[in-house]
Amino acid sequence: MRFRAKILDVACLNHFTRVINTIAKLAKTCTLRLTPDKLYFILTDKVANGGVSMWCELSQGNFFDEFQMEGVAAEHNEIYLELTPENLSRALKTAQNAKTVKIKLTNKHCPCLTVAVELPSLASSSRIVTHDIPVAVIPRRLWNDFKEPSVPDFDVSIYLPVLKTMKSVVERMKNLSNSIVIEANLNGEMNLKIETDLVSVTTHFKDLGNPPWVSDGDSQNSTQDRDPETMAEARVDIKKLQQLLAGQQVNPTKALCNIVSKRIVHFILLHEDVYLQYFIPALA
Amino acid sequence: MPLLPPAGAGAEAEASGTHYVLAASLDKARHLSTMLRAVHFRDVATCAATANGLKVTVESAKCLQASAFIQAGIFQEFVVQEESVTFRINLTVLLDCLTIFGTSSLPGTSTALRMCYCGYGYPLTLFLEEGGVVTVCKINTQEPEEMLDFDFCSTNVVNKIILQSEGLREAFAELDMTSDVLQITMSPEKPYFRLSTFGNAGSAHLDYPKDSDLMEVFQCNQTQTNRYKISLLKPSTKALALSCKVSIRTDTRGFLSLQYMIKNEDGQICFVEYYCCPDEDVAETEL
Repeated sequence: MRFRAKILDVACLNHFTRVINTIAKLAKTCTLRLTPDKLYFILTDKVANGGVSMWCELSQGNFFDEFQMEGVAAEHNEIYLELTPENLSRALKTAQNAKTVKIKLTNKHCPCLTVAVELPSLASSSRIVTHDIPVAVIPRRLWNDFKEPSVPDFDVSIYLPVLKTMKSVVERMKNLSNSIVIEANLNGEMNLKIETDLVSVTTHFKDLGNPPWVSDGDSQNSTQDRDPETMAEARVDIKKLQQLLAGQQVNPTKALCNIVSKRIVHFILLHEDVYLQYFIPALA
Repeated sequence: MPLLPPAGAGAEAEASGTHYVLAASLDKARHLSTMLRAVHFRDVATCAATANGLKVTVESAKCLQASAFIQAGIFQEFVVQEESVTFRINLTVLLDCLTIFGTSSLPGTSTALRMCYCGYGYPLTLFLEEGGVVTVCKINTQEPEEMLDFDFCSTNVVNKIILQSEGLREAFAELDMTSDVLQITMSPEKPYFRLSTFGNAGSAHLDYPKDSDLMEVFQCNQTQTNRYKISLLKPSTKALALSCKVSIRTDTRGFLSLQYMIKNEDGQICFVEYYCCPDEDVAETEL
């Protein structure tokens, strides 16, 4: 099992850092899956996560100038690692003015992702700052736990409103309540609602548009017969929604959510070739 | 504001069958939220609306009372159906609602506000709109409780100064909080106007001469030295930071009145007033 990669371009480095910072906000620990073409950050819906799950996919070519990996075996040319993304985030903080950043899989007293940051220096030889981030190698028999989630059989799919507005509103609502109701219909309307003993607040978004999903023969997509005015709703933990929004850049290429009434809210966010799926379960 | 309910309490009364005792519209919600922040040091506030405008009062420890006055002229519409409409409300929640779209807005954008109250037992309803998005808030209200009457009238005023706020801002921001009290000395003779603290590191005195550029009015008749609990006065720093001028008055009992003149971005003027009674252990007036 081998992995080594190098980033030379400062824009790529900043972009990669932003992605890692976003992941660090969403998960304390997660799985990093490496394939020859892509990196994936995966969180499965364990109780420890409060039921949220995440699938974030990046094409390595958009970030790395060099990328070489050898998986566990020829037919299974992939590597699965468990890591704490905050550690990677901290290492990259030191790399802001770096000339190069190299990441490789090493075995110090335990498996590590070693991040070597080459910093500019006045002397002729560069300064190198090395971070050893402990990781755990996930054995092949457990790989099935980390499959790409399927799009749920949703009741309503809707494009998200301007994230800046959604972020502000959810931030304020977080001060007032622990849970929030997300509801939307096929008329492009979405409401965010909180209600406590002290106060009730509802924010109405209109004209958002509903994404056109192509339903294949198998999936029972019930949206065709659905009354466009009827709302699908789910009550979720407001902190989880706020964490998702906090990590997002202002203008994603695509941002939408699928609501399965009273069960789950599924977010899809696409920004600069980073594809993120995030599931927040409904509260009991 | 096409997205908000039609203005005019009459129209609403007919349309919805409810009778609003207070109905107000404001193009820029921040004209209200900024004033409320100047007195936000407790969760609970008492709101009193009359034809003159809105007064929001917060009290502390039965020794301090702060009020923000937002006069009717600031609002685009301000209708009160009774002589006075009073209720208590959670000020923290009210501020979160008024700033639901965030506190920093891009130049040119603002949050429009419509505020309605049907009277005793009803919530305060807010309609806020920015960029086509509408938020409706219903905040529970409580029965008003008796408020302190400091009985501060101008005939009993012994000493009065009006200062430009920029002169006091730094002093207040850097008050030695290890001191229990802030001592204020006002006198027709030196030191004229002195702020003193007595903290762990020692005492600190800050003097303002009566002919200083910052001093707009200096009317001191008698030397008075009074001490006030510093923890009670520290919150007034917020009002000071927003204001352009402050008037400082003490009366025969040593009660302190601080009045702050606050100009909003449209040049309209509102006032915030703090009343504080002297720290009971030490109160000296020297003739």
